Order: sequence, then C-alpha cells, then structure tokens
Amino acid sequence: MAQVSLRKVIKAYEGGVQAVKGIDLEIADHEFVVLVGPSGCGKSTTLRMIAGLEEISGGDIAIGGTVVNDIPPRDRDIAMVFQNYALYPHMSVYDNMAFGLTLRKFPKAEIDKRVTEAARILDITPLLERKPKALSGGQRQRVAMGRAIVRDPKVFLFDEPLSNLDAKLRVQMRTEIKKVHQTVKTTTIYVTHDQVEAMTLADRVVVMNHGVIEQVGPPQELYHHPATRFVAGFIGSPAMNFIPARIEEASGALNVVMNNGTTLAVPEERVARYRPYAGKQVLFGIRPEHLTDDKTMDKSNLAPLSLTPEVIEPMGMETLAHFRHEGTEITARLDPSTPAEVGKPLALIAHMNQMHIIDPTTDKVV
Amino acid sequence: MADGGAATLPRMDAPGGASLKRFARRRSTIAFLMTLPLIAVIGGLVVWPAGYAIHLATLNRRMTSFIGLGNFEILLESETFRMVIFQSVFFAITAVILKAAIGFWLAHMLHHIPANGQRKWRGMLLVPWVIPPALSTLGWWWMFEPTYSSINWILNIFAIPSVPWLGEPWWARISVIIVNVWYGAPFFMIMYLAALKSVPEQLYEAAAIDGATSWQRLRYVTLPMMRNIISITVLFSLIVTFANYDIVRVLTNGGPRDLTHVFASYAFQVGILAGNIPRGAAVSLFMFPILAIIAFFVLRGVNRRNKEEA
Ligand SMILES: Nc1ncnc2c1ncn2[C@@H]1O[C@H](COP(=O)(O)OP(=O)(O)OP(=O)(O)O)[C@@H](O)[C@H]1O
Ligand SMILES: [Mg+2]
Repeated sequence: MAQVSLRKVIKAYEGGVQAVKGIDLEIADHEFVVLVGPSGCGKSTTLRMIAGLEEISGGDIAIGGTVVNDIPPRDRDIAMVFQNYALYPHMSVYDNMAFGLTLRKFPKAEIDKRVTEAARILDITPLLERKPKALSGGQRQRVAMGRAIVRDPKVFLFDEPLSNLDAKLRVQMRTEIKKVHQTVKTTTIYVTHDQVEAMTLADRVVVMNHGVIEQVGPPQELYHHPATRFVAGFIGSPAMNFIPARIEEASGALNVVMNNGTTLAVPEERVARYRPYAGKQVLFGIRPEHLTDDKTMDKSNLAPLSLTPEVIEPMGMETLAHFRHEGTEITARLDPSTPAEVGKPLALIAHMNQMHIIDPTTDKVV
Repeated sequence: MADGGAATLPRMDAPGGASLKRFARRRSTIAFLMTLPLIAVIGGLVVWPAGYAIHLATLNRRMTSFIGLGNFEILLESETFRMVIFQSVFFAITAVILKAAIGFWLAHMLHHIPANGQRKWRGMLLVPWVIPPALSTLGWWWMFEPTYSSINWILNIFAIPSVPWLGEPWWARISVIIVNVWYGAPFFMIMYLAALKSVPEQLYEAAAIDGATSWQRLRYVTLPMMRNIISITVLFSLIVTFANYDIVRVLTNGGPRDLTHVFASYAFQVGILAGNIPRGAAVSLFMFPILAIIAFFVLRGVNRRNKEEA
C-alpha cells in the first residue's frame, strides 16, 4: 500500500494532441480517489500513465515515494481492472486470478490460499473452474476484481469498470467495490464518467476537464462548494441551473435581479462576499433541489418567484419541472403532491443560502 | 400403428401431389438441391478417383487379377520404400516445423513495424509464395548445381569449401527442405500476421501489469490465443508438404540413389515411369491413414477450444 503523487504530469500524443496538460495530485495511502469528467478529458490517459501503459511526456509520477517514470508496469506493483475486463480467454477463472502470482513465483499453497480467499470475498467460488466465456458480465467483472485483489498490490487502478453492466448490476457492483475497499484498504484510483459513482465511492473526487484538474475534494465539498462553473454544472443531477442576472444594491442589502425583473434577496452572511459584484452581470447558480415548491420547514432565506412549466416529469419520489426563462433552461424539484400543470404559472421558492454566484468573465464561483 | 397408417394413407392420396410440394418446400430439401452441384463435383473429382485408386492398388501389375494387400506387403518389405517413408516423414515434419517457426518469427517482426512500412515488407516477403514453385525450384537448382553454384561461390569467398548440395544424400535432403521452407514460410507468415492482429491489445496490457515480460507475454498470451490457427495451418501444411511433388521432382528427381524421394515423387516414379500403376497407387495411398489420424486429433482439439473460448 502506498501513496501516489503526480507532479506536473503531461501527456502529448503523437500528432500533437495534449491529452493531459500538467496535473498535480497527491493521493494518500488507503485513499479511494475517483477521477471523473466528461468523455475525452484525459481520465484514462492519466490512469494509464500511472499504470505505466502510456509513456509520460513530462513531469513525475511517484508510487510509494519512488519515481516510476521509467519503470515498466510489471515492476510498479499495481493492479488494474479494465472496462472490458481483459480476462485471458484460454485460462480458467482460477488461472486468470493466479496468473500474476504464478509469474511472480509465489509458492503454490500461497497462490491457492489467496485465490480461494478472493473468490470467497467476491462470491465466485463455484465459478473457479470455468472459462471466462461461460460467465455473465457481472461475473467477469468480479473475476477481474479478483485478479487485482489476489496480487495485494500497492495501488488498484480501475478504468470505468462498471460501464458495461446494466443499471441494476452497476449499483450492486458499486456497493461491492466499496465493501472490498473497506476490507482490503488498498489505495485506489478509479476512473468513471458517472458522477453518481464518483460521489458514492470516493474519499476524494478529482474533477477533470480538457486535460486539467478543475477541482479536488470530498464529494460533499464539491457539491456544496464547487470552485468553477464546470464543477458546479458537472456534479449533481439534474445539473445546476445557471440564470443570467445582475447583483443590485438596495439600502445596504444585495439582491439578485433576473432579466425579467424577478428580485431575490441575497442572505445577509453572503452580502460581504458578493458586494464587489454589485451592479455587475453574473450567473446566478441554483440547484434544482434548492428551487422547490413552498413545502419546506425551514423558512429562512427563501425567495419567492414564479415560473411557467414547459415539461413536467413525475419521478415517483419527486417531480421534475422544466421551465424556459429568457432562453435558459431551468429545472426545479417539486414535491410529488404539488399540483403542477404545463402552462400554468407555478409559485416557487429559491433556497438562497444554497445559491452560487459565478463570475462570467472567469467562470469561477465567487 | 396400423390404424394411424390406414388413416393417413387416403388423405395423402386425395389432394394429389400436395405432400410432394410440401417436401420440395422443406428447407433441408432446398438446401440439399442447392448443394447438389457441389456434391456432384466432389463426387466426381474426389470420391471417384479415390475409390478408383483404392481399387487399382489391389490389382497385380498387369491389372488383370485381384491380389488384395499384396502391393502393400511388397512395398513394406522393400528397403527403398522404407527409405521413402522415412524421408517423407522427416521432410514433412522438419519442413513444416521450420516453416511455422520462420513464418511466426516473420509475422511477429512485421506486426511491430508501423502500418505504412508493413505493407511494403509484407508484399516483398510474399513473393516466394506467388512464384510457381516449379519455376523457382529451377532457380534454386541453378544455385545448387555444382558447376555454376552461386551459393558455393559465395561460400568460397569466405574460404568455406564448396558444399555438394545435390550430390550427397543428407545435403540433398537439406536442400529440398530449404527450398520447401523458402516457398512455404510466407503462407504461415500471412496467416499468423492476421492472427496476431486479432489478439486484443488489452490482454497484453493486463499481462504486463500482471508481471509478464515480453517473452512471457508471447508464451502465455500470444501462443495460446493463436493455438487454433497454428494447429490448422500446421495440419494444412503437413498435408500439402507430405504430398509435395514438384520441388523433389525438379531439384533432385529423387536422387541421389532414390534417397530424397517422398511419397508423391516415388509414386510417380513407380507408377508412371516404371509402369507399375497398381503399385504406384499403393504408394500414394500410404500417406492417407497417417494424415487422417493427425487430422482427426488436430480438428478435435480445435473444435473443443472453439466451444470453450471463442
Ligand atoms: N492513442 C492516442 N493517440 C492520440 N490521441 C489519443 C490517444 N488516446 C487518447 N487520445 C486523445 O486524448 C484525449 C483523452 O483521452 P482519454 O482516453 O484519456 O479520455 P477519457 O477521459 O478516458 O474519456 P472516456 O470517458 O471517453 O473514456 C482524447 O481527446 C483522445 O482523443
Ligand atoms: Mg476512458
């Protein structure tokens, strides 16, 4: 087990594509870190550089304090789970899991002990004699994890390990992975583009975009205190609403004034923070769950507004209402008992203590 | 049973030919009718000659009386024919192993050349395979032939004495194998190159992370993944090489002292040149059981792996 450090790591592919543009990241021992970001942002590339499958164009990667830039994958003491599992089709499940240990010349008894133990943890003991072809997707996934666990490596690397599974199995395997990590506690780097996976699994989430790290932090911090407009929009589902507005000062207090004149009062404790933006055009960010109907208990810092729904989506435990306001899409989460109707104005309240102000010139959250 | 038969019979008669139509419309019937031409061709070109050859092999020299396995007994007792068996087996096995090994090595080299250079090399390496072997063997004969041998000439430059390529039995055997390998290796190369390309890159990455060196990746990933194509190409090549005729005929014509004959060239010698057609047929039938047994086991292995893995 070990910590992993990335210092100014750059990857430029032949042909000049800079997939990773100098990232810094410190991962502590036993930590579960999730790299998340949209397709093509360089997550896999970063992971493959840590694995040693991809050469590093600049910077340093250290595992357990040793710089591994020029060390081949087999000497890095890492284990990786691939998106399509990459099981050896000609080997039985047992041999697939034992392969890494056999190559490292472990004694037979030790191999057997470890494989049996991993099979027990993953609940695949009855499958040990089968070939991968005779397994379902979820079973293959477990075998691929077993292959990583038996090695007892310094670091686990996962590249979208669940994206080939159906929705139900994905949730189940997600829990499984979390359980395994709580048991073996190996430092883990996990790549996904699914932010729910990121939020549920991670000790810390690394949000990447266009080859750079936008923000690193625990899931709750990313949710409540996003640093940039990108993170604010990427974390959370449905995504945060961004409404063009002005900050206006009126007798010491600040108001968010939307283009149609709707005025929402800024909570007192935030006035100092937003005062420099008084009189300026900004983006008013508010999550759908903080834009609701008037059923809440906590009555402080609520601002009323009225919008006319275009689409209503009843989800069972909640109802999503979509509005169009001066060219921007706005989503609100309503109590399912609220009688919302398309085309009929709806009274909403904004939880202003959960608001965000984004400076449109820098795209940073103020 | 009898009741059922009595009940259906009148009904079949009544509509008049309706059941015949139904029979003609059945999928298996249509499939059979459509493959009929092919079955006829195979029957005419394979089954009938093979049957005729077996019939011939049981006749005496004048083809006037049936002598059972007499021809085979005489062959097995003859020193020359035992030499032919030895030479055929030695030639086929050595040549196939060398062809497969060299073909694999070439394919592996090509596989690691970037795509644009690869085409050029692949084309050049395929040349021996596309030249008619009788023609290229003539070229080799020219290079081996003692008076003009260019190979010997080159050897002499490096102060190595001339080699009696075609004059000495063992050298002649080696020469035949060299030419056959030169001609046949490109076939293996092209088959193995295609097979190498079909091994998923991620398996190599997984193996590299599991701790495999490049040799171990070859040993534990590439070769097992290619087992089927290797079995089939080796089987195919073994059949063709056992039956090789043109290289031996042109290069040594069986000499010196009938020591480089293989089944096919010896069958020609005995059956056509010496005029004993039944015995020639017996010679050519000799390799059939050997190949049939090998083919059975190889194909069974391929089938089993296909079911388990692919
Ligand atoms: N071998 C390569 N050669 C050139 N460019 C590449 C290569 N591999 C990836 N790229 C580019 O590098 C960028 C990052 O790719 P990467 O695979 O890391 O994305 P990702 O974040 O894993 O995306 P996804 O979620 O779709 O897997 C992409 O723009 C991609 O086109
Ligand atoms: Mg990826």
